[in-house]
This record gives sequence, C-alpha cells and structure tokens, in this order.
Amino acid sequence: MFFNEEFETLPRPALEALQLKRLQSVLERVYAQVPFYRKSFDTAGIKPGNVRHLDDLQTLPFTTKQDMRDSYPYGLFAAPMEEIVRIHASSGTTGKPTVVGYTQKDIENWTELMARSFMAAGAHKGDIIHNAYGYGLFTGGLGAHYGAERLGASVIPISGGNTKRQIMIMQDFGSTVLTCTPSYSLFMAEEARVEGVDFKKLKLRVGIFGAEPWSEAMRGEIEAKLNLSAIDIYGLSEIMGPGVAIECIEAKKGLHIWEDHFIAEIIDPDTGKRLGDGERGELVITTITKQGIPLIRYRTRDITSITHEPCICGRTHARITRMSGRSDDMLIIRGVNVFPSQIESILVGIEGVEPHYLLIIDRKDNLDTLEVQVEVDEQLFSDEVKVLQKLSKRIEKEIKDMLGVTCSAKLVEPKTIQRSEGKAKRVIDNRHL
Amino acid sequence: MKVEQISIFIENKSGRLAEITRILGEADINIRALSLADTTDFGILRLIVNDGEKAKLVLKDKGFTVSKTEVVAVEVPDRPGGLAAILQTLDAVQINVEYMYAFVERCGGNAVIIFRFDETDKAIDVLKNNSFNVLAGERLYCM
Repeated sequence: MFFNEEFETLPRPALEALQLKRLQSVLERVYAQVPFYRKSFDTAGIKPGNVRHLDDLQTLPFTTKQDMRDSYPYGLFAAPMEEIVRIHASSGTTGKPTVVGYTQKDIENWTELMARSFMAAGAHKGDIIHNAYGYGLFTGGLGAHYGAERLGASVIPISGGNTKRQIMIMQDFGSTVLTCTPSYSLFMAEEARVEGVDFKKLKLRVGIFGAEPWSEAMRGEIEAKLNLSAIDIYGLSEIMGPGVAIECIEAKKGLHIWEDHFIAEIIDPDTGKRLGDGERGELVITTITKQGIPLIRYRTRDITSITHEPCICGRTHARITRMSGRSDDMLIIRGVNVFPSQIESILVGIEGVEPHYLLIIDRKDNLDTLEVQVEVDEQLFSDEVKVLQKLSKRIEKEIKDMLGVTCSAKLVEPKTIQRSEGKAKRVIDNRHL
Repeated sequence: MKVEQISIFIENKSGRLAEITRILGEADINIRALSLADTTDFGILRLIVNDGEKAKLVLKDKGFTVSKTEVVAVEVPDRPGGLAAILQTLDAVQINVEYMYAFVERCGGNAVIIFRFDETDKAIDVLKNNSFNVLAGERLYCM
C-alpha cells in the first residue's frame, strides 16, 4: 500500500531526472542565500551551474555537524525568519544544540514523508497510533504526530515517560501502532510483565522504532515480547526528523530512503571517497527540497550501506541497511573498532540474556579494559556458581570470537542498569584520552 | 523428603547481605540454615527458612533475583566418620554433590547436612535404603 503511489514507484530514470532538477535548484538557492555555502563553493572553485549530472555532486564539499554548531543558531538558514514556522533542535550532548528551521512547505513535505513511512510500515487510516516519542525540541514526537494525522489515523500524543500510564492507555484505548525508541519498547514490556499485563491481549500490530541503532536480534526480542511487527525507521533532525527512511513491511530488509527529497551517498569516512552499492561507510545526505535549512552533502556519521536493487514492495527508492552505529558511537578498544550494537547482538543471541547491558570502558596501566555488565534475571539465575561462571565465560568468549576484543563479563543484580525512556545509555567511557 | 531452599543472587557490594536479612526479618521470616558461595564478582546466598514462598515474594518485590531449589537434608551422627559414611554410599552409585553445608540441630545435638545432588530422587532412595535419616522439609522449617 502506498501513500503517494506516483512518487513512491517513480521509475529510476524519472526519479533521477527529478533529483537533478531539484539538486540544481537547491544549489542555486544556498549559493545565493547562505554565506557559508557561497564561501565553501567558492573555496572549492565550484559554481552551482557546474553541476550538470547527479554524479557532479561528488565535487561539492561536505557539511558537518561542526559547521552547524559554528553557525549557531540560524546561520545556515536559507529562508528569512518570517518564513520559518517551526524550530527544532538536537539534544546537543556536547556544547550547543544544532538548530533547524522549517517553512510551511517543509512541514508539509515532512508530514507527507512521515505519512508515507507509516503506510510503508503497514499502518493505515483507522489505526490508533500510540506516539511515545518525546514531544518538544526533539523532532520525534511532532514529526510522527503530523504524519499520523495526515495518514488519517487517530494519534495519541502520549510522549515519553510514565510507563505505567502508557500501558494502561494502550490497553484501554486499543492502540494498534506503537512509535518509540526500541529500548523503550522493551522497558515497556518489562513493566507490563510486572503489572501483569499480557501484550498478546493488546491490539498492537505494528511498532515503528527509531532514534537509536538497534540490531536484528533485538527485533526478534521485541516482536516476541510485544507481539507485533517491528519496523525500523530512520531520521535525524539536521535532515528533517523521523521519516527520512523506513523499512517496508513487505520485505523488512533495508530502509527505503525517500529519494525524491534526499540524495543519499555512502562515503569512506576517512578519505571522503564515494563507495559503491553494498559497501559499508558513512551516510551522506543532500536535502533537495528543503527551504528552511537545506544541507548539501551532510555527513550524518551513521554507518550503513546502500542498495539500488528492486524491492518486492514495488517502491523504486534505494534502500539503506540497518544502521550499525554512529561513527561517533564507535568505540576503539585496544585498536579494535566496536559498535555497542554489535555487542548487543551477541548478548541477545545468548539464551536468557536480556538486552539490558552496560559497557564500561577504562584504561588501566595504559591498556583499555572493557567490562560488559549483564543483568541476572530469574531465567538466567542458577543456584550453582559454576553455571553462572560458565555464562560469563561464554559472554566473554563470544565477544572475543566475534569482535576480537577481550572483555570481562560482570553479572549484576536486576534493574541495576539504568532504564531509559528515551535513548538508552549503553556506554560509560572512563578513559581520559 | 525434599527440602525447599531459596537462592538469591547478590553482587559483591557492601550492604547486600544486611539488606536481605533486614527484609526477611521485617517480614517475620526465620532463617534455619544458610550458606554463601562467593566469587570475586558475585555471590549466591542459599537459605532454608520457615516460609520459603513468602521469603521469595518479599525479596522479589525488592528487586532481588530469587530461585527455589530442592535439596536434601540428612541427619549425621556427631562422631568421627559420620559424614564419610554418607559420601561413600553416594559415591558407590556415582551420585555427585553439587554443594553442601552443615548446621547443628538445636535439640538432638546431631549435625544436619544440606546436600544438593545432581540426581536428587535417586540420592534420597539410596540414602534411605542405607538407613540414613533423611529429614522432611517440615521438620526443618519449624525446628
């Protein structure tokens, strides 16, 4: 089922012609309106008119998160403030947040893309969408909200937090679609169990999870515990918010990126060179319809790969694979690159281990140490020491075998690892580098 | 003839044991026998109490991981070779002891040994057939 069949199934030649036309137009606009881009294009010796083919995009300089910080708050806006109808900002864990502005047209496009995403995930008019993404400066809540309304569904703007109430409302209001972070969905499942609520008796059919990287193994866990079909959604506030890319429920294999609004490239994060289909690297996005804050070759720092192979759902838009992590989430432990999501996959694969874990990295005598804390629940617990020791040995061995990094597994009491109602905190890095 | 034991997972950090015994005390639960197995990172506290079900509930409610295990209590004459006789009997039929701990009976003055075997039912049969005194759970709970 399509929300906008014409554009979602546009044949590749027509789609690429549209991309080129929109790209040329946005380049003219940013060159004329945004001093940052005029300067960076001039420095690179490129005029917007030089871009005659889509491949010419490669000659343009990148935009980074740092560029956004440097132009805080409104420096990269390409539309006058009177045209801006909404402002969002990223959480900004270090220093100032990054600020984005939307014109009326931007909001309309975002709303449509989010509605398309809902439809691709298997949601439709008549659904009751339980939107547990946070409302506020974070784009998740309002982005999903507008898309749900456009779809014609009934949206419950519950936002994050107060899990007991969330469960009561899901039960009493008959929610059929859940939107939140994947880690929060598992936290809900845990709370529901404590409250004696059986997810199998709820009407939930689809869960749309994003805003943090998660693994295929975690999908299995969520689908089993919440009794729904779990769909991966991708977005980032700098580019738009949720709904930049989504899995289709037909294939659940890769996320379709809405190419009539975004041009996606995969690059080698070290050299900046473009990589081909199937090669893993950093996702770079150019927004080709945005008015408020168009970004040219924005380095998302998310690690993925892209494929242009046709999908069984009929959409012609390319697919990116599940994010394996952010390039800045990547941990380098004794020279080995490790993403928390890789450790998560291994843990979830070990029977009885809950995906509540914490990685503690430290440096002792000039050597990095990794401690993996795993909670011992009733399923895992044994009254025999050797059984528990075998479990921690197994965790250590599997992580060593699969990732090549030595760790010590520590079993901890249940609920000692902090639960999060938004993005889960998985890593404590005590190294002072 | 089995005895119900509760086992609790505890991290090696200060105050955990005090916390558990406080919770049990407040719930009016009396500890009959206990043993603590410890490693560098964690410990397993094994308890025989007068009300195992209630103990499990109150501890779980406070967030502890608790399990119930069936163990065997055997009365051992308080004289040299008392325990050796039991172990030899079991060894002869290749029953393994996973762990064991002892306490002294308040009235009779005999020692009671709590065993966890790899084959509990078989062990009980063998012990009884060899005239060892296997104690019923009820006797221990309200000793």
